[in-house]
Amino acid sequence: MPDTANVIEMRGITKQFGSFKANDNINLTVKKGEVHALLGENGAGKSTLMNILSGLLEPTSGEIYVNGEKVHITSPSASSRLGIGMVHQHFMLVDKFTITENIILGTEKTKLGFLERREAQQEIKELSERYGLFVDPSAKVESVSVGMQQRAEILKTLYRGNDILILDEPTAVLTPQEITELMDILRSLTKEGKSIIIITHKIEEIKAVADRCTVIRRGKSVDTVDVKTTSQQELADLMVGRSVSFKVDKTPAQPKEPVLTIKNLVVKENRGLEAVKDLSLEVRAGEILGIAGIDGNGQSELIHAITGLTKVESGTITLEGKEIQNLPPRVITETGLGHIPEDRHKHGLILPMTIYENMALQTYYKEPFSKNNFLNKEAMQKSARKLIEEYDVRTQSENSTAESLSGGNQQKAIIAREISRQPKFLIAAQPTRGLDVGAIEYIHRNLVEQRDNGKAVLLMSFELDEVMNVSDRIAVMYEGKIVGIVDPREVTEQELGLLMAGSSLEKAKALESQSGKESANVK
Amino acid sequence: MLSENKKTLTNLTVPILSVVLGLVLGALIMLGFGYDPIAGYQSMINGALGSPFYIGETLRYASPLIIIGLGFSIANSAGFFNIGLSGQALMGWLVSVWVAISFPDVSGLILLPVSVIAGVLAGAIWAGIAGVLRAYFGTSEVIITIMLNYTALHVTNYLIRNVLTESSDATARIPEQASLRMDWLSQLAGGSRVNAGLFIAIVVTILVWIFMTKTTMGYEIRSVGMNPFASQYAGMNAKKNIILSMFISGGLAGLGGVLEGMGTFNNIFVQAGIPNIGFDGMAVALLGLSHPLGIVFSGLLFAMLKIGGASMPLGSGVPTEVVDIVIASIIFFVGANYLIRFFINKFSGKKDVKGGVK
Repeated sequence: MPDTANVIEMRGITKQFGSFKANDNINLTVKKGEVHALLGENGAGKSTLMNILSGLLEPTSGEIYVNGEKVHITSPSASSRLGIGMVHQHFMLVDKFTITENIILGTEKTKLGFLERREAQQEIKELSERYGLFVDPSAKVESVSVGMQQRAEILKTLYRGNDILILDEPTAVLTPQEITELMDILRSLTKEGKSIIIITHKIEEIKAVADRCTVIRRGKSVDTVDVKTTSQQELADLMVGRSVSFKVDKTPAQPKEPVLTIKNLVVKENRGLEAVKDLSLEVRAGEILGIAGIDGNGQSELIHAITGLTKVESGTITLEGKEIQNLPPRVITETGLGHIPEDRHKHGLILPMTIYENMALQTYYKEPFSKNNFLNKEAMQKSARKLIEEYDVRTQSENSTAESLSGGNQQKAIIAREISRQPKFLIAAQPTRGLDVGAIEYIHRNLVEQRDNGKAVLLMSFELDEVMNVSDRIAVMYEGKIVGIVDPREVTEQELGLLMAGSSLEKAKALESQSGKESANVK
Repeated sequence: MLSENKKTLTNLTVPILSVVLGLVLGALIMLGFGYDPIAGYQSMINGALGSPFYIGETLRYASPLIIIGLGFSIANSAGFFNIGLSGQALMGWLVSVWVAISFPDVSGLILLPVSVIAGVLAGAIWAGIAGVLRAYFGTSEVIITIMLNYTALHVTNYLIRNVLTESSDATARIPEQASLRMDWLSQLAGGSRVNAGLFIAIVVTILVWIFMTKTTMGYEIRSVGMNPFASQYAGMNAKKNIILSMFISGGLAGLGGVLEGMGTFNNIFVQAGIPNIGFDGMAVALLGLSHPLGIVFSGLLFAMLKIGGASMPLGSGVPTEVVDIVIASIIFFVGANYLIRFFINKFSGKKDVKGGVK
């Protein structure tokens, strides 16, 4: 029997920002040695609650008990002294420092004013071996993978002696392999008696790793359930507050003429290495072509080349019969491109600007938004109000900043802007990254709708489910090349996984049938 | 809406508190040196606003500061730190005076606007150099504009001594018809040097506000400044916007110099060092939160400090050195507004908690 003492108990937590209640009388108990999931839609108030626990925010009312004692957490360091450590969604690491330097930052042990670097390194090595958190202690953060950065963040909390870990959306940035590794790490941590709170809206992950789950909806704690005895569908319905469908409803595609044709494309990434190598591809009107692949196999470079954000080394890209390689982005956009960019904060939105200004980002220079070089604010606002209504962007008004929107609503604003221009060709790069099931459902439905309206859609995603569910054809990208084009109705996830890892199509099929036989033999 | 209101409130509180804290520190410094702060500030206010003459001088001093501050704010909106406003102002001053004294027989209707435009262009080109280098070679505009400050200083001094005069330290006065001085205005202001620059400053403030908020170009400049990547994604031409914003910024700095040359002094003379007006203009823009209206108020405040400060030694016996320390301490608190913001947040955060407990 595991020790069931409550390590954390939050009672009636309310946090008010102005007239808005981000948290409304939330209760949460975490037992020792468990993985406790906090499930909720974007903007439901999960992060606010955890920011209260980690001392970044103070609650308006409510009580917090840590190991049975009532506490007031007034700062992150107070929280750390209570044994609570948080790994933020956006890592708090100094790029130019080594992993060791980052881990000891703030708690450096010194002797006569000199860093005890060797001792620290030894301690980190021991910790990393004990929990299977592999890192290279002397590597600089800027040169290591996102997965290793995350492990360094977890080590940072362990190094401080914390035994209650909060992980905010830990899998949002990881590849499928890294996610599996993380799950193993979480299990080994709880085995050693650590308690973990994991904030997420990915239900499969909760099923895979969590013991109990508290569902938060619109600032209120709806229920705390035992994960083993609750189905994925039940969890999803609890979170959204209505019944949601995971399946994408769609009829078979009716592909017509090619809208985008890529021939022998070569693109170099910023270090001068070839990221896209001699790639050829066609996207037809009335189909969704999915690009599957592990992050870093040239997908982003391919999309940046099509959209004019990166220089093309050689080869041709033809959109609607016009060669567009190396043309300025605006010319390409006007030729008939809509682009939902991979990084919505970097490329998709100007966060400090208002929503109406952001929604006019691609069309501000045209009538009716602009006449004789003067902007027509009223026309921009009117159009934005219409889009907000039509695409169900939840905001106070079109005059709020893009920053003030939740992730899902930011994405909806971008989609509204891109789709409403009626482009013949639409690129959706990681369109549902970091979004909850409700928003995902909405976005998938929109992509299929575009296809049914005779548009060509290119969907790039690292999520296998998404590519398999939404696409009509799947092109698998590996090391800058298309290694196979498959029909999602005929391919299995395993085959797709093998292709993504670099096997050829025949090999993948052979391996798959072989393992199928073996398992049949075992039976 | 509520949080937005609160934000603008904090935004206003910060500069006001900066000024108040600066005045308090200034008072403490005066006390520390054994002077009466109340008498000191009284003579400062008298010296800035006590008579039509002083009011005129304050407005005269504020006009170029406001224009230069607006210049800084435009480059700043595009994400650039134009630290070369002084050099650009000096070039504007030099070229406008040069043009004016070169054609003493031309009618004022032509000579005056031509000289003004020449000065504006000189400042614009001087800043444009940094803009072009930044756009095409990625060089830091900070370093380039600092260097161009020195270049402007020494080029100006050389030209005054060797080309505009025969080894004299100051040029002749510009012809009467090219001056921005207006007799009725000077008389109204007790014979002060206040001139048409005041009206130019008002018009320019309105134009800059319209440009930044109402025009397509202003929207592009703001976009590039806030997020260059999204601007590129939206098909904006980054190079064009970099050069354009620096060009306008320098043009306004040049106009500030024109006001000095054709309004305040009516000539140009050898400078001992890089003129302060550019740096003061920067501080004015920062205190005014890069907003046109804010810049007008902070420009007036700076002028009151400087012009009023000049009366303190006579009016209350506070020596010039202490006056400068007092002014500097006010500017220091403007620069340290992060600190004030921090305390405001801390303070209002605590208040929230108390309200909740009740």
